[in-house]
Amino acid sequence: MTGHSRRAFMHAAATCSLLALTLSGTAALADDHTVKIGYAIAKTGPNATGAGITTLPNYQLWVSKVNEAGGLAMPDGSKRMIEVVEYDDRSSNEDLVRAIERLATQDNVDIILPPWGTGANLAIAPLMDRFGYPQLAVTAVTDKAPEFAARWKRSFWMLGGGHDYAVGLADALTAARDAGTINGKIAMVSVADGFGIDLVNGARPAFADAGFEVVYDKSYPLGTSDFAAILNEAKDSGADSFVAFSYPPGSFGMTKTAQSISYNPKVFYIGVGGAFPIYAKIADGKQQGVMSIGGVNAESEAIQTYFQDHIDSAGAPPDSWASAITFASLQMLEQAVERVGLDHEQLAAELSTGTFDTIIGEVKLEDNQLRDLWWVGQWQDGAFKGVNPADKAGASSPIIPKPEW
Amino acid sequence: MTILVLGLVLGGTYALLALGLTIQYGIARIMNLAYGEMTLAAAFVLVFLFNQLGLPPLLSILFVAPAGYVTGWLLYTVMMRPLVARSGGGGKLELDSILATFGLLFVVQGLLLLFFGSNFTSISYLDRGVSVFGVTVALNRLIAFAVCIVAGGGLALALTRTRWGLIMRAVALTPGSAPLVGIDVTRVARQAFALGTALAAIGGTSVAMYQTFSATDGVVFTMKALVIVIMGGVGNVPGALAAGFALGLIETFVATVIDPGLTLAATFAIFLIVLLWRPEGLFGRRA
Repeated sequence: MTGHSRRAFMHAAATCSLLALTLSGTAALADDHTVKIGYAIAKTGPNATGAGITTLPNYQLWVSKVNEAGGLAMPDGSKRMIEVVEYDDRSSNEDLVRAIERLATQDNVDIILPPWGTGANLAIAPLMDRFGYPQLAVTAVTDKAPEFAARWKRSFWMLGGGHDYAVGLADALTAARDAGTINGKIAMVSVADGFGIDLVNGARPAFADAGFEVVYDKSYPLGTSDFAAILNEAKDSGADSFVAFSYPPGSFGMTKTAQSISYNPKVFYIGVGGAFPIYAKIADGKQQGVMSIGGVNAESEAIQTYFQDHIDSAGAPPDSWASAITFASLQMLEQAVERVGLDHEQLAAELSTGTFDTIIGEVKLEDNQLRDLWWVGQWQDGAFKGVNPADKAGASSPIIPKPEW
Repeated sequence: MTILVLGLVLGGTYALLALGLTIQYGIARIMNLAYGEMTLAAAFVLVFLFNQLGLPPLLSILFVAPAGYVTGWLLYTVMMRPLVARSGGGGKLELDSILATFGLLFVVQGLLLLFFGSNFTSISYLDRGVSVFGVTVALNRLIAFAVCIVAGGGLALALTRTRWGLIMRAVALTPGSAPLVGIDVTRVARQAFALGTALAAIGGTSVAMYQTFSATDGVVFTMKALVIVIMGGVGNVPGALAAGFALGLIETFVATVIDPGLTLAATFAIFLIVLLWRPEGLFGRRA
């Protein structure tokens, strides 16, 4: 009896939220001339934080911008308003897959936008392929992107792989060591979960090839909130560089702990979260010189306009890693639709071969992957700037040693 | 020495989190799965007070804790009381309360997401290091440790030395016979639930001081608290304190001497051993 009522409650709750969403979607635009764009994303559960920072605000910003301009331009020059169908996958891949099926078969949406996260994007890839929808997997970091792109022809992988980021970091550190600013020792910690494992497995050979000695190499379980013991060990290790392949809670916890125990390595590198706008607050304004994944070309006018638009629309600046890429992927979609319309096959072909003008510059995918990315970024004068690849247009030169906290 | 100091401080924060749950489960007989969410709600309120009104966190504990008490009181009256009345004092209450608070978990999480958004939240307050016997410890963690000692110690004393504590223990031990000696079980259970919520709120305020959190982190706190409660013995305040300190020491020891990757494994290995050998908890009474 109780089991039933709980299920009924969940059902009712889900139906209510669905109803509310569809109503708000249809109230504004009720003619059948709209373009239906659907997505399922984590609005509750553990993935809601990541989705709420990187993905959802960009979807909302893009849709409102397009609709304000009169709608999505079609090849014949007409414009059609966007109607959004949104589902909450509650951070569960089962719910996500069901929602994608529903979007494809019952809502018959024209375009499906991807969910947030590597796992979620992998979970829906076979399904998207079966229904023939192009999948712009932006927030998926995987070394197997070339394989996936070959297996699912209409999938596009836009955030590189763990190996790329590790090699980029090794590059940046090698330059500093050869210049004599840091010693050849590295203290490295990683979270024992997908992303941390991927990166640390890429980093070990990359550091070894570059001639670095990793003097402290430990992993910690997901959910660790106390880093005092780990950072004390790293502090005593004699390494000039501290590298953490961490998730946001870990990145933030380590920053606070490093500050409170006055741990001042010459290079302080943290994983996901370092490029989030909230980081400046976490570091209590002392983020200058902290390195992390990603980065943006802070001098670019398009990026500056995008940051301002994002603040106006979402009330907060975007993160400086995947946010700009997410928005760029939507611009690609917009331009591809304008060129070839909504036919999935032609759309996928255009995305794969076309050249697009986006906020991150001119984009052309290589084998369905975006390769022109920032691997390492650093907080400099209040902005998180790309520093590696050092020869990429707009690269800033890294500040090493990092000023003390 | 490093291990001892860091472990005790960490353990203090763990024990503080578990105190409220052990009272709610031990005395009010309600397995509150939304416990972590209540902790988080208090943390968000503290951050809100700090950012909007500039209220120092230590001062806002004085507001947040009574607010937690009132919330718990209302929750019990509105939501738990019908369950208790229906169950007739049997094991059914446990099942019903788990299901009800499981739903409550999503409601509170939804409200938090609605009001405070999904972003990470953090304040910088007393984030500087303090030297304790030559070991640098963050001051805010030290405060959490002190709050834990005061709240936990005070509670343990009140439970063992006062008449009020005697009544509480009577209800915890034999809720069936307590009415025979003139104890209003409903009132006591309501008090216990409200007190537990107030302790959750205090735990939340200390979490807000030293940790970055987001609206979806509640489950993590519930799990940690649950492990400690079961290890220490349900409804046993000194047990929860001891189990919390033990966990902190073990985690720090394992992280320093063996490998940080094994902290979780060590925690659950010990949890398993306790369950196998002393299912009533380290300090629980045998049934």
